[in-house]
Amino acid sequence: MQKKRPKHLALHKIKLPLPGIVSILHRVSGALLFVALPLLLFIFDQSLRSIETYTNLTEVLAHPILKLALLGLMWAFLHHFCAGLRYLAIDLHLLSHISAARASSKWVMLVSLSLTIVLGVKLW
Amino acid sequence: MVNRIVTGAHYGLRDWLVQRVTAVVMAIYSVVFVGFLLLQPAFGYDTWVGLFSGNLMRTFSMLFLLSLFYHAWIGMRDIVMDYVKPASIRLTMHVLVILALVLYVIWSVQILWGL
Repeated sequence: MQKKRPKHLALHKIKLPLPGIVSILHRVSGALLFVALPLLLFIFDQSLRSIETYTNLTEVLAHPILKLALLGLMWAFLHHFCAGLRYLAIDLHLLSHISAARASSKWVMLVSLSLTIVLGVKLW
Repeated sequence: MVNRIVTGAHYGLRDWLVQRVTAVVMAIYSVVFVGFLLLQPAFGYDTWVGLFSGNLMRTFSMLFLLSLFYHAWIGMRDIVMDYVKPASIRLTMHVLVILALVLYVIWSVQILWGL
């Protein structure tokens, strides 16, 4: 049977399911953390070098924009961490049923976002 | 008859495993690390430097960072392979990622051992 080509997909009707969103965010957060590596290593370096650089660092990092950037990186870490644990659980066949897999993706979003909010409240 | 496997570069399974082993190493280190920070009654420069003064902590921190860099290499390589089609740009990006990560390894040693 001849198929009708080209196919026109109704993009406004297609929705990425939550596990798909968790998956792409796992990638995005990982890339973000990689890009931030030199900054994070610099912060680590300054925090250990001397009491002067440590104090200086705490003053610089008190800036609202930098605080926000750090909070963004915290989210990236938390999401990558939680989503990563989920993938490890899937590898171990712990979430083999589709309902368990879907529910766990909700948990990943819930835990990483709420921990980010807790950290944000603590930072401010 | 020569038994040759003609498809693939065969680093897939090894990297799949490395990605998970390094993830577990980082996860354990992170949980212990955060737990230690939460148990501190008062936090300051002295606690922070004290934490990283022992050789054991430095060694395990280095293990964490090496796991991180290897993990980052596999992740970034996969991202570049998926989205960057022209071979020349892809190769350049791979090389840049590797160079950056090797530099981070050297930097990490300098930070942890106070060089």
